Amino acid sequence: MAQTSEQNGEIRYLNPPSVEVRKKKYCRFKKAGIKYVDYKDPEFLKKFLNEQGKILPRRITGTSLKFQRKVSQAVKRARSLALLPYVTDLLK
Amino acid sequence: MLKQYETVFIATPVLSEAQMKEAVAKYTQLIKDNGGEIVYEEDWGLKQLAYPIQHKTSGFYYLIEFKSEPEFVATLETQYHRDERIIRFLTVALDKDAVAYAEHRREMRKAKASAPKAEPKAEVEAAPSNDEPVENKED
Repeated sequence: MAQTSEQNGEIRYLNPPSVEVRKKKYCRFKKAGIKYVDYKDPEFLKKFLNEQGKILPRRITGTSLKFQRKVSQAVKRARSLALLPYVTDLLK
Repeated sequence: MLKQYETVFIATPVLSEAQMKEAVAKYTQLIKDNGGEIVYEEDWGLKQLAYPIQHKTSGFYYLIEFKSEPEFVATLETQYHRDERIIRFLTVALDKDAVAYAEHRREMRKAKASAPKAEPKAEVEAAPSNDEPVENKED
């Protein structure tokens, strides 16, 4: 059967191969030209936290290393000022 | 040489308005007495804490931006430590990006205060980059 389909010039898959085009990740700080990450703005920093209040990895947010360091610094400062929780459930 | 710093402290919620003013006056005076200058002050008012500190769930936040000698920061922080009214504080040195951001933020807040339905706070900056702020201390 495989031979026949190849002869026909088409390959048949059990599951159609996924052809989703991944959107390229980008660093939002570089894109927006932001130079300083403010620890006084917890609402903004929440974009980089998961529901438990943990800092999201770069592979998810797409942030460049330089700004990931700044984000993490800012989040830690905000935590120490009780603007963000250290541990929680259902942040957001 | 004077360096620019920014300090935020949280005072206990049990203070009255007058006591809070007195505490603020104490620290602004302390900065001025030690050859510093106040750049900006901001009262955040009574805010809910994200987690309890010393069994308290809220506190008065106050932000002071100032310029001073680097040696002064240690003095300021000992004063914070000795003060029972202060439950948490953070002093951060501002690099040039941070200074630019702080100025921008001030302008945005001013614009917002004068025209109530102005656009929300954005974070845009100028000037080339620099490393992290240095001073970072907590209670």
